[in-house]
Amino acid sequence: MTHAVELKNITKRFGHVVANDKVDLYVDNGVIMSLLGENGSGKTTLMNMLAGIYYPDEGQIFVNGKEVSIRDPKDAYANGIGMIHQHFKLIDVFTAAQNVALGIEDGKYDLKKVADGVREISEKYGFGIDPNKKIYNMSVSEKQTVEIIKVLYRGANILILDEPTAVLTPQETEKLFRILKAMKEDGKAIILITHKLNEVMEVSDVVAVLRKGQHIKTVRTAETDPQQLTEMMVGRAVTLNIDRMDPVDPKPRLTVANLTCRDSEGVSKLEDVGFIAYGGEILGIAGIAGSGQKELLEAIAGLRHISHGSIIYTPEGKAPQELVGKTPMEIKDAGVALAFVPEDRLGMGLVGGMGMTENMMLRTWNKGKGMFVNRKEPEKVAEQVYEFLEVVTPSIDYPVRKLSGGNVQKVLVGREIASSPSVLMSAYAVRGLDINTSYIIYNLMEGQKAKGVAVIFVGEDLDVLLALCDRILVLCDGKVSGIVDARTTTKEEVGLLMTQVGGGKEALA
Amino acid sequence: MKDKTPLIRLAKREDMAKSKIWMIRLAAFAVAILIGMLIFVIAGANPIKAYGTMLASSLGKKSGIRQVVKNAVPLLGVGLALAPCFRMRYWNIGAEGQITMGAMAASYFALFWYNRMPSALLLIVMAIAAMLFGAFWAAIPAAFKARWGTNETLFTLMMNYIAIGIVAWLQGGPWEGKPGSQIIPMFDQKAVLPKILGVHCGWILVLLLVVAMYIYMNYTKHGYEIAVLGESENTARYAGMNVAKVTVRTAALSGAICGLVGFLVASGVNQTLYSDVAGGVGFTAITVCWLSQLNPFAMIVISLLLAILSRGSSGLQTALGIPASISDIITGVILLCMLGCEFFINYRIIWRHKETAGKEAA
Amino acid sequence: MNFNLAGLIKAAVLNGTPLLFGTSGEILTEKSGNLNLGVEGLMFMGGAFGLAGAFWYDQAAGGNASGIVAVLIALLCAFAAGCFGSLIFSFLTISLRANQNVTGLALTIFGTGIGQFVGEQLRLKVGGNISISNALKGSFANPVLPQSLQDIPFFGQVLFSYNGFVYLGIAMAIVMSIFLNRTRRGLYLKAVGESPSTADAAGINVTKYKYLATVIGGGISAIGGMVYTMTIAGTVWNHTALSGEGWVAVALVIFCLWKPLNALWGSVLFGGLMIMYLRVPIAFLPSQIYKVLPYIVTAIVLIIVSLRQKREDQPPASLGLPYFREER
Repeated sequence: MTHAVELKNITKRFGHVVANDKVDLYVDNGVIMSLLGENGSGKTTLMNMLAGIYYPDEGQIFVNGKEVSIRDPKDAYANGIGMIHQHFKLIDVFTAAQNVALGIEDGKYDLKKVADGVREISEKYGFGIDPNKKIYNMSVSEKQTVEIIKVLYRGANILILDEPTAVLTPQETEKLFRILKAMKEDGKAIILITHKLNEVMEVSDVVAVLRKGQHIKTVRTAETDPQQLTEMMVGRAVTLNIDRMDPVDPKPRLTVANLTCRDSEGVSKLEDVGFIAYGGEILGIAGIAGSGQKELLEAIAGLRHISHGSIIYTPEGKAPQELVGKTPMEIKDAGVALAFVPEDRLGMGLVGGMGMTENMMLRTWNKGKGMFVNRKEPEKVAEQVYEFLEVVTPSIDYPVRKLSGGNVQKVLVGREIASSPSVLMSAYAVRGLDINTSYIIYNLMEGQKAKGVAVIFVGEDLDVLLALCDRILVLCDGKVSGIVDARTTTKEEVGLLMTQVGGGKEALA
Repeated sequence: MKDKTPLIRLAKREDMAKSKIWMIRLAAFAVAILIGMLIFVIAGANPIKAYGTMLASSLGKKSGIRQVVKNAVPLLGVGLALAPCFRMRYWNIGAEGQITMGAMAASYFALFWYNRMPSALLLIVMAIAAMLFGAFWAAIPAAFKARWGTNETLFTLMMNYIAIGIVAWLQGGPWEGKPGSQIIPMFDQKAVLPKILGVHCGWILVLLLVVAMYIYMNYTKHGYEIAVLGESENTARYAGMNVAKVTVRTAALSGAICGLVGFLVASGVNQTLYSDVAGGVGFTAITVCWLSQLNPFAMIVISLLLAILSRGSSGLQTALGIPASISDIITGVILLCMLGCEFFINYRIIWRHKETAGKEAA
Repeated sequence: MNFNLAGLIKAAVLNGTPLLFGTSGEILTEKSGNLNLGVEGLMFMGGAFGLAGAFWYDQAAGGNASGIVAVLIALLCAFAAGCFGSLIFSFLTISLRANQNVTGLALTIFGTGIGQFVGEQLRLKVGGNISISNALKGSFANPVLPQSLQDIPFFGQVLFSYNGFVYLGIAMAIVMSIFLNRTRRGLYLKAVGESPSTADAAGINVTKYKYLATVIGGGISAIGGMVYTMTIAGTVWNHTALSGEGWVAVALVIFCLWKPLNALWGSVLFGGLMIMYLRVPIAFLPSQIYKVLPYIVTAIVLIIVSLRQKREDQPPASLGLPYFREER
């Protein structure tokens, strides 16, 4: 029997890093396969070679039993392979139909025809997409749907989805899975890149596990369980439980009331947000991407103009003070630390072209008299972070841009913790990290909590939020839609809160 | 199937040895000189003889060397001025106008205040006025950039034309010497910079500025702010830096130095003011700045090199009748080659044949 | 008030035509995501080589030179020179990924140098200001439409009294607008400029589109320099008059919001501003100060554009950024 697609002996290197090492893998028509692996295990790289984004250094690719050479995405489409990337490949200022029309060469250029085709597919699977709507007016889930339509319109038989649920609410995820199952019934081969075990168990027929670029094993989903999959993924038995302790003597540290922020165009980003963060607890913040998480942390850190509202900060054993109206520097000096990991990991909080020492200097550069910067102190801090967090770098002056993602994040979080804050805000601190490094970060947060720090933790993975935090604040469209006890709530409850305020309308990303 | 592998693929290169990097840059320079030869051939001149003439007229005699130094001083000064701007990724191409405004301010005192103060004081007042005016001229686009993100590349450029227009008006109007001459009178000797070793003393000033700028960029708080802001505005805000203030301050500093250069040129070289006082230095200095990778010490070498080129080509015009604008062409070619060669420092090229061996084995 | 409105409009259109070419070419270039700041250099090259081409043809053909051939040669020479210059830019920024800002400036230095060199060389060869025969001059600058149309009061002068380059420029801008908005290739080109990685993933050859748009755009910009030299400057090489045109053209691209049809009236407006000091003198305003009016207006336009934040009015999203597929 011929497979829909088969990889033989595929190897891909980036410099000295081997991203994929002699991978053999196949998937059949009418099958959903999960490609499971930690961040950095080479899942996306492997699939990018099917999509024509990368070209393998060694190995062969067969589609329907025939060897093919996929040099660019055009070849991929010609072979019926379509990939939905994690970062959407859509042109914001184009309509859905214009986006679908990109790269299709069939006779006369006729946008109307494309729009009709989009409508047809949309009706067939129940997508509900308007072909003439501009992408920038769409929600995240709609954008993803356009990506799927794009691939279907080109008649793809093999669909690859790269972590499609990372940006969706639990409810949207379920809808997506229904669609995937419908396409499977249609006889399409579907590859789902993911690192979430519950999704693997729920939707896929077979699971292929990658670890450090190597294909470990492919098993039938029905014949395995999460524990076994995790061991294959990580390479040894691990406990996935976070050692959560009860808050000790929680005292209000940060009291936020009626906080409202607008952006430069007057669009409301935060509306009437109020909550209390206690010392000695971890307050999780959940929400769909772009619901105001970033704005909230920035407002507290003094980086964003506040329309009205108050942020009262009560340091240990000192009088309460109002943070609104203070400069970022004053807020920082008062003991409020922010570790924000943006999508590109750098860009905010770290300077890619500088070494660890100079990055530590971001906190202390204007300390001391005179016009010269003090290099001694930050050098000491860099040494400490380097040793304590086991940062892998040739030297503390090596540009952090060239470090791996995990090490970059250690530098960032390490610096904020080294300032011994009394409020530690972190956003997406484990973004893109492997399981081990993620747990180092979780433990750091736990350690700060034990020291009486008020930890505010913005996360993407609801499972982690439920396991790590004491309470979870759910943001929806810039408003607080609820604060729940992390020990007793369920994912479904949080998921509903993420979409509930404003009648389930989703915020734009 | 095998021949379907792409012919060339690229990969980012990690670190390359310093010596190899300089070899590549040297090779690029050599290529630029070769292309220059080709241009001479097209222009109908013997390239060896042409280069020989250029060297002889610039370095062959004392007057030539003096001229080279005289040409190098403004290039080096403006190159230094642009360095912090470029480090900040602020594309100040308005040096031309800032020089002109500086020269204008200095000329005002040279023309109308020369008989009211001693020479030393007059020169100091001229220098300060030039720096203030240069800074002011540079701060206008910077303020708009800081407040509304107005495109500074084009704004600074438009400021050039406006500055030149103002001086052109002064030249034919209020400051005109003999009516109808369209010329501003020569400065009094009190307003002329003294000479040291046959060249106006500005060369000592810019050499001191090299050291000062090196320290400023690498060891001061300001320098750190500029470096961070250049990498990422978000990070700068996050670190509590006042982005608007740093932008305007750095641009103003840059303008001040340009203004100072305007003073040096007007007082030390021309001893008068005319609308073409900047004479393209503002643009050529961009080359100086970029070729030296923003390193102040390297700028000394590069500015001398370009000064030799420009002096040499005016010699060429007299001796062989080749238009002096050849120096712009060669400067452009050198810059283009240097820009191109960075690619070979940053990327590795993988040719097809290297991997077909591996494929055949599979 | 005593001035001739029709005459002013006519002068504005004539002076705006070089800008129209310069701006339209740069719009095409920027639509591909390439910010080519070398337009000034390209227009110099176009001006000098266009003049040189017509001049040598005139010399070679002697008394029986054909006007149309001369115009075609000048067009071709200017276009080729612009293509050559922007090919250098493309190679450095697209293939070798050099910084677009600096490469553009280097191209300006190089291009103005070459333009100046060729212009000077011609002048030295002839020994004085070079000029071509009056008959040929006419075929560049004379009106092309029938006299009867030109005789229509007011409209005849405002609409029908121009040289061929004016109509060529208008046609070119309209064709470019249709290309960008109504054709598949135009859609692809815009996609490349907005997000090269998206276009790439869709199977569009990003490198090809960037090269073609930049090279052709450069050629079109260079024609603007030729039109200036051959019509407004009266076939005399005059580098001071030409200087600044290219930069205003780059600024006009922003003013026109990257739309060729806007360039039609934008270039006329700026063409008008450039000659206002001659046509509409203001008593108190010295002409030297009046002359910088277009630059002041450009600066003000830049400020106004930066205040406006409408989604559709933004530059191509990837403008100025290099693209490398295997970036990691």
